[in-house]
Amino acid sequence: MIENTKYTNKYNFAFIDEATKKEIRRKLLKAVAIPGHQVPYSSPEMPISRGWGTGGLHITLAVIGREDVFKIIDQGSDASVNACNLREFVNGMTGCKITFDTAEATLIQTRHRITEEELTDKQIIVFQVPLPEPLRMVERYEYKTLQMHAEADYAKMYVSLYESYVRHGAIMQGAGYPVMVNGRYIMSPSPIPRWDTPNLNQAQTLFLFGAGREKRLYAVPPFTDVEPLEFEDVNFEIEDFSKSECYKTGYKKAFLDEIYSDEGERKFVISDSNFLDKKTEKQETHQYSNKYIDQLQEYGL
Amino acid sequence: MAFNEDNWLLRVRNLTKIYGEPNERTLDLTGPEFGSNICPETESIVACANISFDLYPGEVLGIVGESGSGKSTVVKMLYFDLEKTFGAAWLKPYNNGLLDILKESNQRKRYIRNNLMGMVYQNPRDGLNFGFSSGGNIAEKLIMAGQMNVANIRERASDLLNKTEVPVQRMDNRPGTFSGGMQQRVQISKAIANNPPLLFLDEVTTGLDVSVQAKVLDLIRELQTYLGIAMIVVSHDLSVIRMLTDRVMVMKNGRIVESGLTDQILQDPQHEYSQLLVSSLL
Repeated sequence: MIENTKYTNKYNFAFIDEATKKEIRRKLLKAVAIPGHQVPYSSPEMPISRGWGTGGLHITLAVIGREDVFKIIDQGSDASVNACNLREFVNGMTGCKITFDTAEATLIQTRHRITEEELTDKQIIVFQVPLPEPLRMVERYEYKTLQMHAEADYAKMYVSLYESYVRHGAIMQGAGYPVMVNGRYIMSPSPIPRWDTPNLNQAQTLFLFGAGREKRLYAVPPFTDVEPLEFEDVNFEIEDFSKSECYKTGYKKAFLDEIYSDEGERKFVISDSNFLDKKTEKQETHQYSNKYIDQLQEYGL
Repeated sequence: MAFNEDNWLLRVRNLTKIYGEPNERTLDLTGPEFGSNICPETESIVACANISFDLYPGEVLGIVGESGSGKSTVVKMLYFDLEKTFGAAWLKPYNNGLLDILKESNQRKRYIRNNLMGMVYQNPRDGLNFGFSSGGNIAEKLIMAGQMNVANIRERASDLLNKTEVPVQRMDNRPGTFSGGMQQRVQISKAIANNPPLLFLDEVTTGLDVSVQAKVLDLIRELQTYLGIAMIVVSHDLSVIRMLTDRVMVMKNGRIVESGLTDQILQDPQHEYSQLLVSSLL
């Protein structure tokens, strides 16, 4: 049992009971076996509301072990509210080592980004998904989207891209650009920017997706083809940062957040906070996990 | 081309649709001689029964009858909108007419629908997606047939809209902003997008005013002349039937009561219901 948490005697390791964890793991195995296919699961009650990252949290808690090193980001940042709360919860329930360092982490939970640093085959990344159904924007009925997936009837999806191209001169899907997984299922990669979408293709890492409110799990196993939908003459493009650069580091080859200073000046900064720290060589952040646990103990947690 | 019995395009045998649970006497207790579609014993509804016909390439077949006579049901079953109860249908261009298309899997049915058939519904909302532009609606058919080049899709769509006399500059507008006649033309463009050999027209001119009706009928006749598409025209309007069709089947209470050449049936109707129809025309 874990020594340094106050919940040790009151809850099972990682909060969820073993039978439910087993159910989630079995559904994850199914999801990995059929890349891109959405698998329904129980979505048990959690002490946070559905729609606030429960899907990702279910997967994290079902797969986490005592030896895991856990990192969680929200829109690339380790320090935003959603990430902090979930980190505190996971740490309190498992006592696992917490890190901000992408390279050190073995299990990464994320909302709306993939880490900038390339992930290895020793790591698993878990996505919090708000809307797992990519066909929802063209088909409102669930029974019809199920049938469309079953029969690979995806013409409507392409028509919506055609419509976007005709109306705006480019495909305007900014985040959650639909992808074809393993040549079979169209999948929503959760609202990650287009910048991150090519990173899913033939990656070494296991990608797990959980939508708690919608009660769906899906996965992209390592070395799987993930192709953004495109036409022969209208292609998928990532965001163009050629004219902007990070104001702190001058770096261009990362996803940049647009921010405004108090004077109203428009600036760009690297979205991935750990990657930014590494670029600016703030080594002290790597020690943060220990400080964090000290802090928790200070609060009596 | 000489007429050849074996040269059929669509062959339909014993096509039947029954709602509810029939017993073995249901078909004997319904029909025009009883004046009812409802079986008195089981209360199941016979929408249409034992419909058999052959359609030849380039031919226009009319189905005429009062509302509730089962005309639309026949066409909807052949276009896979409704499940058949009994019966079989073969389509020559699909596997040389060897396989019953009504028994095929959903994927195969979708292939047949997209590549070998077209349908124009009475209500444009059934045939068009009002969330997409008119060009997008045509693109949907082309994409389903495997066309993945936007430039080619747009060229083909504007070509089709030209053919059906829809102003091409309105290609990127939604059909909701069009008049009823124009919506119907867009629907026709969509239906013929993949050059199908067979087109179903289900009460296409009902609900349009008379001058627009005439224009749409003109268009259909023109398409038929130039493209040589075989058509099944469902209508309760004998003037539409007279203008478009070569051959006609008269339906009542879910059965075919008379069939033959259009001119012959309109000039010299044999069945009393056909006589009633023709006499009420003038």
